[in-house]
Amino acid sequence: MTYLLVLLPLLGALIAWLIPDNRLRPLMLPVIALPHLALSLYLIVTPSIKVPGSWLWLDPLGKITLLAISALFAVCGVYAVGYLAYRQERSNRVLCLGLLVCLAAMSLVTLCQHLGLLWVAVETTTVSMAPLIYFNRNARSIEATWKYLLICSVGIALALLGLLFLAYATHVAHQDATLLLPDLLEDAKLLNRGWLHAAFIFLLVGYGSKLGLAPLHTWKPDAYGEAPGLVGALLAGGLVNCAFLAILRVYQISLASVTELLFFQQVLVGLGLLSMAVAAIFMARQHDFKRMLAYSSVEHVGILAIGLGIGKGALFGVLFHLINNGLTKGVLFLSSGNIHRSYGGKTTEIVQGALTRLPWSGGLFLAGFIAITGSPPFSPFVSEFSIISSIFTERQYLVGGLFLLFLAVIFIGMALTVLPMVMGTPRTDLEVTDYRDQLLTVGPPLVMLLVIVWLGVWPPDVLLQLLKDGAAMLEVRS
Amino acid sequence: MVALADQLLVLVMLINFIMLGSSRMAFVIRAVAAQGVILGIIPGLLHPFSGHLLIITASIILAKGVVIPYLLNDAVRKAQIRREVEPFIGYVPTLLLGAVFTAIAFVFAQKLPLAPEHRDLLFVPASIATLMTGFLILTTRKKAISQVIGYLVLENGIFIFGLLLTEAMPFMVEAGALLDLLVGIFVMGIVINHISREFSTVDTSQLQTLREE
Repeated sequence: MTYLLVLLPLLGALIAWLIPDNRLRPLMLPVIALPHLALSLYLIVTPSIKVPGSWLWLDPLGKITLLAISALFAVCGVYAVGYLAYRQERSNRVLCLGLLVCLAAMSLVTLCQHLGLLWVAVETTTVSMAPLIYFNRNARSIEATWKYLLICSVGIALALLGLLFLAYATHVAHQDATLLLPDLLEDAKLLNRGWLHAAFIFLLVGYGSKLGLAPLHTWKPDAYGEAPGLVGALLAGGLVNCAFLAILRVYQISLASVTELLFFQQVLVGLGLLSMAVAAIFMARQHDFKRMLAYSSVEHVGILAIGLGIGKGALFGVLFHLINNGLTKGVLFLSSGNIHRSYGGKTTEIVQGALTRLPWSGGLFLAGFIAITGSPPFSPFVSEFSIISSIFTERQYLVGGLFLLFLAVIFIGMALTVLPMVMGTPRTDLEVTDYRDQLLTVGPPLVMLLVIVWLGVWPPDVLLQLLKDGAAMLEVRS
Repeated sequence: MVALADQLLVLVMLINFIMLGSSRMAFVIRAVAAQGVILGIIPGLLHPFSGHLLIITASIILAKGVVIPYLLNDAVRKAQIRREVEPFIGYVPTLLLGAVFTAIAFVFAQKLPLAPEHRDLLFVPASIATLMTGFLILTTRKKAISQVIGYLVLENGIFIFGLLLTEAMPFMVEAGALLDLLVGIFVMGIVINHISREFSTVDTSQLQTLREE
């Protein structure tokens, strides 16, 4: 059953490649994505049996990530049908193929218990997304694609070096090198500290550049800014979660090694705070709303890193935030894609009064902004609040103080871009575009928004139990 | 057989210098292909013969020696670039830097807590030196194609380290990594082609529209 998670999207990719009709082809996305979501939900609620020595196995951390990815992709898949109907001027063959291959690779990431295979899957997500950023085929998008491809490829290559160091540490310890996660967790205490240290640094740099932690985030505003909204949503909610799962696996090993945990946590908190600071600085006076969303993504990976670095009580919040951030970014990117289509531009000079011109998309964008900055009743409020309160319970007053300060600055900076965009009256000298809000382009993000409210007000017990199980895997066992 | 592998690694390090010192694209591409093929041969020298070994050796040689050079040459032909002109740092300084990095690699490798059987071999210093060469090419050259070559050299450096650990990287993973590399280079080739069409140059220092005002 679990293999189907990977095989189903691959089959879909093949069929999408063979369909000659540009209008029919996008239908493959929901046709694959919805059964994929159903299958994921089924696998998440059924307890999975661990087979010793097996490479592919869905543990609670994998389940949480799978849930976040599959739900986001299902929504994006339905949205894509409506969106691509407006983009009939160019072929969407590569787009559909890339999206489905990426879904297969992302599902594989959540299943991997072998760190080498995990690396291959993460690299596959990187490569399969590159042509999608270039969907608009202009000078700006090619520049963004090049930066994304080069920085992420080099970053991921460094992560491979880190993995080899890790394997070498096991080789020094007991002659047969291994990269199977259960074996590594068992042996972690015996491993040579020097190699472990080097491995963690390279893994953090490698997966951190994929995650977009400052100072390795430089590709992010360009790629998110130039990619279509649909692709931006999957970059911010899908690829980020995959990279974060990879970091979680490394964290598990550092936890098992005991001696390396403190170092790893301190680095995470440091990079997290730096990410939030960078986001706060560049968010102010940002004229391009898609770039603004990219900096918001930098901010939220910073929050995730800080929460992970604090550990203990914050872990529940971190795992919950993983899901919330992905879904909220989905709402923001999809609605911003609609606004971009309607206005034919993505700067605040052109886009004004979106609530008047596009009541639905403008409203969704505004609601998404309120949600992502951590206001109740949306679920990011719950997860961010849980992280902040844990920071203070752990008596990390400096970290907590800076965290709150950056959140406040980011809220103001983001509001200064978003409010003029959605409020006011639209300019009268705008070009007329054929985009109108309709069910297929507004419905999917609306459903996602309702899910965020649902998770914020009344999260289901199954989910809470899953998050607790996940957090338990990351806690120090005394 | 390990001694022969060690000698081949000397050759690999010499190729690093050839790449650092040459400005002709076609020549550099041939050099990186030669490096890839040599690295493809080495696993065959280290391990007893088996079907898996044969397949992986053949596919590495095919990918790094034939397919990737073909893709790169194709990109060079379409973009009509012959030479890397005006790198950020000149050829002689990069050669000197390369020499310094190689020396540092040897000193550094001495200090690493290696397993006893790897201590007197060239694998670790060659790996670090090649890695640094890759970084040097990546950071000092302007042409998009040179940066791809830098990435390939970097990947080769990591591959040399991986040779010490074949049991940790099973066949599936090795094949997957190779496939990812191939597709990655393929996509990069296409992107280079589009860069040259869009900007009428493949000089990546022209790629600076996207930044904060």
